[in-house]
Amino acid sequence: MKAAAFAYARATSVANALDLLAAHGDRAKVLSGGQSLMPAMNLRLISPELIVDIGELTELRGITVRGDVLVIGALTRHVELLKSPDIAAHAPLLVDAVAHVAHPAIRNRGTLGGSLAHADPASELPACMLALDATIIVRGPGGERRIAAEEFFTGIYETALAPQELLVAIELPVAKKGSVHFFHEFARRHGDYAIAGLAAQASIDGGRFAGLRLGFFAVGDRPLLANAATRLTGVEVSAAVLTEACAALDAELDPQEDQQASPEMRRHLARVLLKRGVAALLGRPELGAGATT
Amino acid sequence: MTSVRVNPDALSVLDRPNSYIGKTVPRPNLERLLQGRGLYVSDIELPRMAHVVFLRSPHAHAKIVGIDAAQARAMPGVIAIVTGQELAAVITPWVGVLSHLKGLKSAPQSAIAIDRVCWQGEAVAAIVATSRAAAEDAAEHVAVEYEELEAVTDMRTALDPATSVIHASLGDNLAFERVHVAGEVDQAFADSDEVVETEFIFGRHTGVTLEPRSVVADWNAAEARLTIYQGTQAPHMVQNIVALHLGLREAQVRVVCKDVGGSFGIKVHIYADEMATYALSKLLRRPIKFVADRVESFNTDIHARDHRCRGKIGVKRDGTITAFEIDDLTGIGPYSMYPRTSAIEANQVVNLVGGPYTSKNYRARARVVFQNKNVMCQYRAVGHPIACSVTEGLVDLAAMKIGMDPLEIRRRNLIADDAYPCGSPSGLRFEKLSHHASLAKLVKMMDYDALRAEQAALRKKGIHRGIGIASFIEVTNPSAAFYGVGGAKISSQDGVAVRLDAQGSVICATSITEQGQGSESLTAQIVGSVLGVSTDRVRVILGDTDMTPYGGGTWASRGAGIGGEAALQATKILRKNILDVAAVILQSTPDELDIANNAVVNASDGAPRIELNELARVVYFRPDTLPPGIQPELMATKHFVPREYPFAFTNGVQASWLEVDTETGFIRLLKHWVVEDCGTIINPQLVDEQIRGGVVQGLGAALFERCIYDERGQLTNANMADYLVPMSGEMPDIDVGHVVSPTLESELGAKGAGEAGTAGAAAAVSNAVNDALQPFGVTITEIPLTPQVVLTALGRV
Ligand SMILES: Cc1cc2nc3c(=O)[nH]c(=O)nc-3n(C[C@H](O)[C@H](O)[C@H](O)COP(=O)(O)OP(=O)(O)OC[C@H]3O[C@@H](n4cnc5c(N)ncnc54)[C@H](O)[C@@H]3O)c2cc1C
Repeated sequence: MKAAAFAYARATSVANALDLLAAHGDRAKVLSGGQSLMPAMNLRLISPELIVDIGELTELRGITVRGDVLVIGALTRHVELLKSPDIAAHAPLLVDAVAHVAHPAIRNRGTLGGSLAHADPASELPACMLALDATIIVRGPGGERRIAAEEFFTGIYETALAPQELLVAIELPVAKKGSVHFFHEFARRHGDYAIAGLAAQASIDGGRFAGLRLGFFAVGDRPLLANAATRLTGVEVSAAVLTEACAALDAELDPQEDQQASPEMRRHLARVLLKRGVAALLGRPELGAGATT
Repeated sequence: MTSVRVNPDALSVLDRPNSYIGKTVPRPNLERLLQGRGLYVSDIELPRMAHVVFLRSPHAHAKIVGIDAAQARAMPGVIAIVTGQELAAVITPWVGVLSHLKGLKSAPQSAIAIDRVCWQGEAVAAIVATSRAAAEDAAEHVAVEYEELEAVTDMRTALDPATSVIHASLGDNLAFERVHVAGEVDQAFADSDEVVETEFIFGRHTGVTLEPRSVVADWNAAEARLTIYQGTQAPHMVQNIVALHLGLREAQVRVVCKDVGGSFGIKVHIYADEMATYALSKLLRRPIKFVADRVESFNTDIHARDHRCRGKIGVKRDGTITAFEIDDLTGIGPYSMYPRTSAIEANQVVNLVGGPYTSKNYRARARVVFQNKNVMCQYRAVGHPIACSVTEGLVDLAAMKIGMDPLEIRRRNLIADDAYPCGSPSGLRFEKLSHHASLAKLVKMMDYDALRAEQAALRKKGIHRGIGIASFIEVTNPSAAFYGVGGAKISSQDGVAVRLDAQGSVICATSITEQGQGSESLTAQIVGSVLGVSTDRVRVILGDTDMTPYGGGTWASRGAGIGGEAALQATKILRKNILDVAAVILQSTPDELDIANNAVVNASDGAPRIELNELARVVYFRPDTLPPGIQPELMATKHFVPREYPFAFTNGVQASWLEVDTETGFIRLLKHWVVEDCGTIINPQLVDEQIRGGVVQGLGAALFERCIYDERGQLTNANMADYLVPMSGEMPDIDVGHVVSPTLESELGAKGAGEAGTAGAAAAVSNAVNDALQPFGVTITEIPLTPQVVLTALGRV
């Protein structure tokens, strides 16, 4: 479990990092928190020739509010999301979500940009990006690109990022007044990747959903912004409506089989999450109770 | 912690003033370990030391057609690449059988596979280089040509005529079979009001030590001596076996065991890759280090508990259990492990089922089969979790069938506390157990009736909680007739040497070892108490075959009971010798004197007479002042092995309180209780933490841990992300209580406590889950109880 030999460069600026990536292409790998990259290298699942360490680039750090937009630098660590008053005020969903990402030691090093670029389908933060309608900002040799979260995640560990590009920041609309959120995941142990999870952001008007974004994770090859939400928006949600929404959700899912759960079990858990999530968001516990089949 | 002393016979040497027995004394090694000054095998660096990496088979069963290492040999840092054939020049193969396990068979096993590999992970070549990383680089360039053979993976079909035989010379895949019948089983079932029968399934799992198996072997050709640094539970066993297979005398082998990062039975065996490391040092005439990485730990550390056991119980309407019957099947990998064998676990299952109960009718069959998976052998609480889960699962099913409370059926069938000594239908002998006192105490600790009321109230709200009870017995302090009788040179006795140094401190060398359970601490407590010195004056030396008396080591919950008694007896002699010479110096008699607080004092009023350092000064530096003919002996050695009972059985009972989310299949452990009886408690904190640690490993088995093999014999979760060990976030609070029935086989009275927690934890959890699921009419008798298993049983998926 020792990584194969590799060359190491500490980038001095974003421009310098981009130069290094342009010169080495897919033989190079960006190093952020290292919490996904280093284990993969130690297991020799990947053996990059060059590591471009962007850890010192302060320009990629920090959380700022610009009007209606919350900007989070790619190098923002998980622990910073957990502790930031700006995140708590403007994107409280992230606080709930990050508490489920790994363990304190890993949250002290792991970064938001790393988590999104890594794009593990069972990861919490990519699904939050969908629920929060985030824009992902990347820079490459051709300049800057702004990619909607929905377009960013393309498969298992696959994103719209090119090897020469760097994820530099994300932008979120700040949470509106009266908006509510829900986060829950089913994981075997605290800190484990989820078997199924839901990150949801909603606005409620007169007991109905005025807006509802449901970001499911670990139920497919990438996080899913569920269309089933439309069935629940603008209507009086009854048990029957919710059951219909569950059926609609089911049709959208394409869950994987792994050692923790069969596809059937993932579908089942996704339905439970939807019911419990809707019940919690609307403050109507009766909607979440009872067997779901 | 609270204790009830069931047998209040005073133990004079232990009840002395300022005794440390029964007190929580901080471990003497604590500061060293906390300051990072421990010495683990990985920390050892020797001049000219090289690192070995084993190239391991990717196939479960294959012929080795050829190995081409030419390219790898030319890689930077590579010192040697050695095949099984080449290594065979310096080491002989072995066969893991014991003669007292009649019919047990196995095939010769080599340090590195020759011609054929029999499990995924078996070593096919050793790559020796200047660093681990260089060796791993080179390993990628060793080309091995394999011809895949049919892999025998499913133990249920291993004995079918259509299944290929792994070792042709053995004739079939049956390693061992035991049948045991006691009483009138058929009649008892016929006379029962209800008979319940079901199959219990146990997931294969492993011990997952924090520190992996590690060895530094240093052959000194000039001395013709091999020094082995290894985290082992049995240094003298390693010494004996290394000498045997490397063609050396035992005196040419020294085994040094410094700090060990967890063992749990994983480090009590002889592994092929460790044998290869010793042999490589001899072959290459330089120190060689092997530190298993996590992936190879999962693929080669012994696995355990892969059992399918059919169980049957008969019960009368009044709750009387009439009979137990089991048919157990287990798959142990391609070889029986050396030297303790892989038949012990199944043998224990046969021994232990029904053990806490009075029923005399018992029929058992156990079959142990070979398969192309990693080897299986003894892991903490060998066989107990299987036997306990089967027994206690059956008892609960019987209770459910006749509509009796699980406590009540146990009260009616557990062996009475005044019935001892007595035996079990499987032939076990019990000196003194306390099932009823333990159960009564447990009921009080958990407030059983209040929990039942809470359960009923919550059920109405759709919240499903369950209570599970599991009584158990535990094998500890194996006696003289252990291992040696089967031909394995593993000592059943242990020895301790104590000596007073020239400043009145004590140096104590013991043959038991320390792997974190507190052997060092308890030895110091016993020596300090018996002698009358403070523990900071007692230095304990363990784990060095050159320095300590000969003995078995620390396993089978024997360290405190056997090594502790040897320490007690040795210290009694030293005490007497000190008092003899003190009487001469003080012109008194030994009877009038005592030792307390590091000084010789008057027995009558405790007045100090002479400090031990002054006495030592006289003895060592001014013997001329002693009368003629006086030769003090300030060193004493004693050995001990129990002779009367084959084992000092302990007993106890556990309870689990948990909640099942019946929509998701997730189980939340809310609380766990244990009452156990390990006899004399030397250090309450150490005992409680042994119990808690043991429980956690049992809870791991109940909910999380499983080595998942595919049908081709590939271990598919050999890493810490996919193999789920229990972690603190999921663990409940564990309350521990004690009943104390000392064994009369020793003056110390201590039995073992290391495995009790593991023995019954999974049984308690399984019973609690089934209790919670009663409204659904569902019972599950399979562990680990994963959400998938629970949801499937509930028909949700
Ligand atoms: C034991 C353990 C448990 C974990 N549990 C969870 C969990 O429950 N949920 C979860 O979501 N995660 C979990 N993780 C992963 C953790 O969150 C990682 O921190 C995260 O996935 C990656 O972030 P990083 O900064 O460490 O990225 P790195 O490991 O440094 O990089 C990951 C990948 O992203 C690329 N990359 C990194 N930054 C950029 C960038 N700015 N631009 C372009 N590419 C980039 C790298 O080249 C690499 O391919 C766990 C990790 C461990 C070790």
